[in-house]
Amino acid sequence: MSLVYSEEQQLLADTAAEFLMAKSPVTAQRKLRDEAAEGGVSEGFDAALWREMVDMGWSAIPFPEALGGLEFGCKGLGAVFEQIGRNLSASPLLSSIVLGGSVIELAGSETQQAEWMAALIGGERRIALAVDETPRHDPTAVALRAARDGDGYLLTGTKAFVADGVGADAFIVAARTGGQPGEAGGISLFIVAADAAGVQVSPMNTFDSRNHASLALKDVRVAASARLGAEGEGFAALDAALDRGRVCLAAEMLGATQALFDTTVEYLKTRVQFDVPIGSFQALQHRAAWCYAHLQLARSAVMAGLAAMDDPALDAEARARMASLAKWKAGDAAHRISREAVQMHGGMGVTDELDVGLYLKRIRVAQASLGDGDFHVQRYGDLSLVET
Amino acid sequence: MSTLEDFRRETRAWLEANCPPSMRTAMPDGELVWGGRTVEFKHEDQRLWFERMRDKGWFCPDWPAEYGGGGLSPEQNAVLESELRRLHCRPPQINLGIWMLGPVVLEFGTEEQKRELLPPMARGEIRWCQGFSEPNAGSDLASLKTSAVDAGDHFVVNGTKIWTSYGDKSDWMYMLVRTNPDVPKQQGISLLVVDMASPGIEARPIDLISGKSSFCQVFFDNVKVPKRQLIGPLNGGWTLAKALLQHERRAMSKFGEFSLPTHFDLLSIAGKYLPAQDASSPADVALRQRVYAMAMEEMAYSLTAQRMGEEARARRNVSGLMSIMKLVHSEQEKDKFEVLLDVLGHRALGWEGEAFEPQELAIAKAWLGSFAQTIAGGSSEVQLNVVAKRVLELPEGNAGKQGK
Ligand SMILES: Cc1cc2nc3c(=O)[nH]c(=O)nc-3n(C[C@H](O)[C@H](O)[C@H](O)COP(=O)(O)OP(=O)(O)OC[C@H]3O[C@@H](n4cnc5c(N)ncnc54)[C@H](O)[C@@H]3O)c2cc1C
Ligand SMILES: Cc1cc2nc3c(=O)[nH]c(=O)nc-3n(C[C@H](O)[C@H](O)[C@H](O)COP(=O)(O)OP(=O)(O)OC[C@H]3O[C@@H](n4cnc5c(N)ncnc54)[C@H](O)[C@@H]3O)c2cc1C
Repeated sequence: MSLVYSEEQQLLADTAAEFLMAKSPVTAQRKLRDEAAEGGVSEGFDAALWREMVDMGWSAIPFPEALGGLEFGCKGLGAVFEQIGRNLSASPLLSSIVLGGSVIELAGSETQQAEWMAALIGGERRIALAVDETPRHDPTAVALRAARDGDGYLLTGTKAFVADGVGADAFIVAARTGGQPGEAGGISLFIVAADAAGVQVSPMNTFDSRNHASLALKDVRVAASARLGAEGEGFAALDAALDRGRVCLAAEMLGATQALFDTTVEYLKTRVQFDVPIGSFQALQHRAAWCYAHLQLARSAVMAGLAAMDDPALDAEARARMASLAKWKAGDAAHRISREAVQMHGGMGVTDELDVGLYLKRIRVAQASLGDGDFHVQRYGDLSLVET
Repeated sequence: MSTLEDFRRETRAWLEANCPPSMRTAMPDGELVWGGRTVEFKHEDQRLWFERMRDKGWFCPDWPAEYGGGGLSPEQNAVLESELRRLHCRPPQINLGIWMLGPVVLEFGTEEQKRELLPPMARGEIRWCQGFSEPNAGSDLASLKTSAVDAGDHFVVNGTKIWTSYGDKSDWMYMLVRTNPDVPKQQGISLLVVDMASPGIEARPIDLISGKSSFCQVFFDNVKVPKRQLIGPLNGGWTLAKALLQHERRAMSKFGEFSLPTHFDLLSIAGKYLPAQDASSPADVALRQRVYAMAMEEMAYSLTAQRMGEEARARRNVSGLMSIMKLVHSEQEKDKFEVLLDVLGHRALGWEGEAFEPQELAIAKAWLGSFAQTIAGGSSEVQLNVVAKRVLELPEGNAGKQGK
């Protein structure tokens, strides 16, 4: 299991860096935000940019060739997500491809795959994964009910914090067909069209200006053919797809944190107070040095997480541990460094003029998405601890 | 290329045949073999492994054969290291001379010094200790005062060194001395090598908070040191010392790979002492969370060691990574033992006696021992200064030089 990018992966990272710097720098995200506030685009990303990403093949990276993918692995995807993080670029790559596409790859029937994979990879349609209901992520906590109704099901309940939910063509809804909230068994996955009767989508305007939605489902009727995988056994595929999402989001946080740290170190060298650059004060030097150390630890954890997703020798538990490690450590480093970045920029750090605040906000949302630090510590530990 | 592959094949076959299986397991503390005039082996396999590697010249594989080394090219040496790692071979011996002094003698020594000092070093016949720190020269090493005064064909050395690891068990010392007190402090320092059996040297072990220790204070009372034992130019020792400390850092990080993972496995100890999940109080749950997070920090560290190795083999610049390894590891160890003490409760508070299990006593000692790790070999604060200056290239403080 290699913890560095291969030459091809590095090449992809370089291409992504060049492309995003030209087409989707931080100024572009700022513009999206300001336009949305004036009643412009509400989907949180630029559709034309997404089309270009699709044309470059990014949406095909993680999937097997048989499904129209490039079979370039999560590590390849991670190289792209790092650059996405650096530029704070918004796109449905995580929601519709890594999360949505992966569920269909892992749990879908051939018919379902034929219906969806090409359309997702080609960017013609967009799907969003609806899991969370409670304020903190926990995929076993699903309570939304799917009751048998003739040859189909009736879905009733609510979902929240659905990434890129506004404007999605369909949702993958995790629903309970058996068991109790808190149990992995009894969870089933359904594809629900956004325009199905009884589905109500409402935007949640989060402070990172990305697209999040809450859903209210009331007696939404879906056919049995809309179910992905066996009834009550959806959790394994769901969790595997979430793990891919977690490591990609970890890579995004790593990229964002690296960019923010670089900016901050530069500021320490140029900002003069007391007739000297503030970077000459040991109080700041030591904190900056610790930031560097944590960033390095995070990078190792993220690389291991990405590599684990691609390693056929690992079982699901081993992958889950590495995904949790990556998400936790990337979040931890991002949290430390974003807080220090604001502080070290002094009064300027709390102004909207600097990009520091944009990074802080995106990082805080990414930290909470797909499991916060406490969630992943618990998950890693419970998978590791052997009671004797 | 094909010859390097041949070398890999031959090396692998030789190691498979010559490294005893018991030497391919994680090394418990106290199983280190120290080279020297009298080498102690705990068992026969240790002796075999020591002698076979010695006779192959592989205590110092990349030194020239004429000085007792293995004569390997850097590429071959990298192959040997990767094969040793692949088989999990223990280091056949520990020897500060080979790791730190040897490379400096190779670079700066005279031909005569190389012929005299290196071959016995390469055979593991001399145990070396490091005489750098003094009571008033720790982080600020250049302010050292132990003096060496010119007396014709020899120097007369007076003063004291402190923290000398195994000062009482070593055969020779390499030491920094002041040979000119009247110039800026870095410019009046020289490097000497001294036989510890010389008249006028006394080494006294120091008791630490963790109990008896291998660290000594060494006193020098009119010790005669022949002039041919001056390494490098007179008053040019600071450059050599810096080179030597570089080798020390490299050796430490390499050695780190062998000693990982530590033998106190946090998760399995927690599994033994913490109540089962369903019998846990809220306080147990909170503690369990801290155990998990600590285990994850450790994992992130060992992955970083792995990544550093991989990047180094790909010939990328790893100086930034190298500069955080000691800092992170020693600080993590300190945190880890705090967590372990909490997990064991009063079972971790024993000093000696039958009331406690050996592992419990060992954890208490290791907790106390962990405090020394963030001081020895450059304190954490000095490491942070190094990262700030060399890696982040932040400007020098106006309060003067902050070490390194
Ligand atoms: C919301 C807000 C309201 C304010 N209201 C007023 C007001 O009404 N009137 C007014 O006059 N001012 C006001 N200020 C300005 C405020 O007093 C300054 O922002 C503050 O003094 C810090 O200065 P700075 O922003 O230039 O940061 P800098 O001084 O540039 O500091 C940047 C970073 O360097 C650190 N640093 C600086 N010097 C040292 C040192 N010697 N050692 C270690 N670290 C150091 C700082 O702690 C900080 O982390 C306000 C600021 C804010 C954010
Ligand atoms: C277990 C052990 C083994 C050792 N083995 C050897 C050996 O074999 N040979 C040998 O020569 N030496 C050895 N040493 C000595 C070691 O190198 C010194 O202890 C170390 O350099 C620190 O020096 P000091 O103890 O004098 O502390 P001081 O330098 O007095 O430091 C006191 C405190 O001040 C801080 N400080 C000092 N300078 C700065 C600065 N510029 N910025 C911020 N903070 C600063 C330190 O971090 C520390 O917290 C060993 C030490 C220990 C504990």
